[in-house]
Amino acid sequence: MSAPTTALRMPPGAVVLDRPAEALLEGVDAPGHGEGGPASKRIVVGFGFWVFILSDIVMFSAFFAAHAVLGGATAGGPGAAQLFDLRNVAIETALLLLSSFCCGMASLAVEQRRELFTQLALAATGLLGLGFLLLEIHEFADLVARGAGPSRSAFLSSFFALVGCHGAHVTAGLLWLGTMMAQFRAKGFRPDIRRRYLCFSLFWHALDIIWVAIFTLVYLIGVRT
Amino acid sequence: MSEQAWNALSGGVGDVAPGQSDEDGRGRLAAGLRSYFIGLALAVALTAASFWAYGTHLIYGPGVPIALVTLALAQMGIHLVFFLHITTAPDNTNNVLALAFGVLIVCIVVFGSLWIMAHLDHMNSAMSQMTGMPQ
Repeated sequence: MSAPTTALRMPPGAVVLDRPAEALLEGVDAPGHGEGGPASKRIVVGFGFWVFILSDIVMFSAFFAAHAVLGGATAGGPGAAQLFDLRNVAIETALLLLSSFCCGMASLAVEQRRELFTQLALAATGLLGLGFLLLEIHEFADLVARGAGPSRSAFLSSFFALVGCHGAHVTAGLLWLGTMMAQFRAKGFRPDIRRRYLCFSLFWHALDIIWVAIFTLVYLIGVRT
Repeated sequence: MSEQAWNALSGGVGDVAPGQSDEDGRGRLAAGLRSYFIGLALAVALTAASFWAYGTHLIYGPGVPIALVTLALAQMGIHLVFFLHITTAPDNTNNVLALAFGVLIVCIVVFGSLWIMAHLDHMNSAMSQMTGMPQ
């Protein structure tokens, strides 16, 4: 009953899809800009995650603003110059930068579909990130032990909020990294897994950009002034 | 059909996803490696310059924070271009526009907060001087 009706309504030359239209777009490199149809799923996913990263950076900017405003509000307690060990900060910076670089190496290995290199580069990314995180936890524990915990002054509250928020992002990134390693292992270089990895690499590189702002504004300029 | 073939046929320019140097990146290993190594070298140099500028007496003291902020901005640019592959190329227009909007909001939040709080602080201390109240 319904089949002839459909045939009547179809314009001449129309094609009946035997699968969702989305499946046809998989692997099609439509260039976007309104030419050749919608942009490919990889571009849409990457752009959407890029917008999330930017909103995350906007959130960090509020913590930076709070820290900048409260930088001098030490309530008679210790200030940045008495508390921070810049050698530790330099090591943390080096670890996170190398971790970001290894993440880039993993991106290249994923593009080349090299399983072993992908896993090795991701493991290096994770270990360097873990080293950064352990140094930061050590620094926080040391500060709290010296009586300079987040409740000591508004300056320290804003410091722990800002740097701790970055550390929480690194922790989440490490969990995501472990998931990516397991998924590459179990599912291979499927398009959806590679899209997920594109998002992870954006996230990890963005965390390094935030850290550049932290080591400059919170540590170097904080200790000088 | 590859994106390049599309562009050749349509005469248009495509888009790339953020974090990607080219449409699919396959077979461009040497270029990719070069990009990441240049980025790492520049980032290391700028980080080292930041820590050097912190400790040096060669820069006029009050100018050091400005030097540090400049170096940090330069390093963020290096990270964006060489690690995140956000460039000014036509295929990156969407990504750069989103970034520009993000930077605008960040500037409003940070400089707006500093301005308002400094103003409030100024008013507060003027008021407490007038009334003789402690701050």
